[in-house]
Amino acid sequence: MDGPSAAARLLRRFWSASLAAEMEYGMNAAIELLSVLGNLAGSLFVLSLFFRDGRNLGGWSWDQALVVLGIYTLLDGLTSTLLQPNLGALVTHVQKGTLDFVLLKPVDSQFWLSLRIFSPWGLPGVAVGGVLMIAGVVRAGTTPTPLGLAIGGLVLLAASLLLYSLWFVLAATSIWFVKVWNATEVLRATLVAGRYPISAYPAGLRVLFTFVLPVAFLTTVPAEALLGKAAAPVVLAGLLVAGLALGASRLFWIFALRFYTSASS
Amino acid sequence: MNQRRSWPLPRAAHGLRMARVLLSTQYAYMLEYRAEIVLWALSGVLPLIMLGVWSEASAAGGPEATGGLGAQALGRYFLSAFVVRQFTIVWVIHSFEEDTLAGRLSPYLLQPLAPVWRYVTAHLAEQITRLPFVLAILALVFLIHPASAWLPSPPRLLAALVAIPLAFALRFAIQWILTMLCFWTERAAALERLMYIPYLFLSGLVAPLEAYPEGVRAFALATPFPWMVHFPAQLLAGGEVPVARGFVALLLWTLVLAPIGWMGWKLGMRRHSALGA
Repeated sequence: MDGPSAAARLLRRFWSASLAAEMEYGMNAAIELLSVLGNLAGSLFVLSLFFRDGRNLGGWSWDQALVVLGIYTLLDGLTSTLLQPNLGALVTHVQKGTLDFVLLKPVDSQFWLSLRIFSPWGLPGVAVGGVLMIAGVVRAGTTPTPLGLAIGGLVLLAASLLLYSLWFVLAATSIWFVKVWNATEVLRATLVAGRYPISAYPAGLRVLFTFVLPVAFLTTVPAEALLGKAAAPVVLAGLLVAGLALGASRLFWIFALRFYTSASS
Repeated sequence: MNQRRSWPLPRAAHGLRMARVLLSTQYAYMLEYRAEIVLWALSGVLPLIMLGVWSEASAAGGPEATGGLGAQALGRYFLSAFVVRQFTIVWVIHSFEEDTLAGRLSPYLLQPLAPVWRYVTAHLAEQITRLPFVLAILALVFLIHPASAWLPSPPRLLAALVAIPLAFALRFAIQWILTMLCFWTERAAALERLMYIPYLFLSGLVAPLEAYPEGVRAFALATPFPWMVHFPAQLLAGGEVPVARGFVALLLWTLVLAPIGWMGWKLGMRRHSALGA
């Protein structure tokens, strides 16, 4: 690859080919939309249970909690669009030995493996999550400054990269443990914790969800940044964690490839 | 030849032997997938995560914030829901879809046994494989948090041990109906994901039904979903639950839905041979 423009051109080719393949299943769009809306209705209902009789959830108001739920829905949609299809394919490549062909391509292998497939069925989740997030910010009565919005967007981007790094590292362990796919199911099941602000959990879980499995940095910190209630050190920590995770995913991939002995051996 | 030797046996004994052989082969097969089964067991953490949120809500707002359940009742409820979920997980639609696509269904049809029993025993064998890991997870929870440990009263435990397999049977019947749609559409698994949504929110996996507003709870109780998680879980947890109504609901729903699944199989078979597959 030489430069971002080549990468962008490649992405356009990759994703238009994926779209063409997926469009053969027209009914999927209806089912996915229904599934996103059904899940949203259920999540909103369960969230509302915590706010009955004027209570709050870990010090968050209803509108503020909507921002967290919106970011969760958005990231979950992103997972269905890019992470799950691509990194699922990575596991299959290792199983079938076709990873050899990927490594031979004149494209960075991590780039190819992470972004080759684009599944449009996660997009309803991204859209609905985005709307919920914005609605929550507006309803919470925050008057966003341009700087605040820029920081919020940056933290949200950092959260997506952190999520990507978690998925990529887990999928890359398939170089050693071929049947690792269920481990990503565990990851996805645990990240459900990100539906609620981190302060809604007991102290022990808060520590776990901040330092061991960084759920806090995925939804709570971006929500705080968007609502303008994040302290500067927290925002910086969020950016730092994402940067470190992304770098670690890169190093881990290089390290893992040293153990990849190709299909025939 | 085996067939001929088994003829003189009375039907029941024959069935029992068949069940034993199927179970032991499926168990041996599942043991090979131990590592994956551990990961599956771990991916059922949802009730434990929700226990975190609900117990914090109860700490902040008192028992009226959680439908009258105190901290201890909440802990027992969600731990029980975790256990119930572990032993009522059904994945037949995925293995059936794979088997039809790979053409494995046709040889199964040649055998003197309805293929549904192969899937049922696979699930039962997987539950046996899962048992030690579920016990280990529970032991770990009780070790970290000894105050949460409890022993259900023997009658309640016995009732739960009956209710959990019944809940599994009902869940299997529901998914089997959707599985039969595999004969007509490639998207049957997507329909199963849709069915999972009311299951998730009405069964009591994410919230104890006691915390629902009256109207929603009444609606949920009119569906099969809460009887598959909330009812067996409250039996284990020792909470208040209409015992007789629960068993009647489980049995009635299964008796209504299982024949539909059976009809689906009959119709599907006609379609299957019509395809010439």
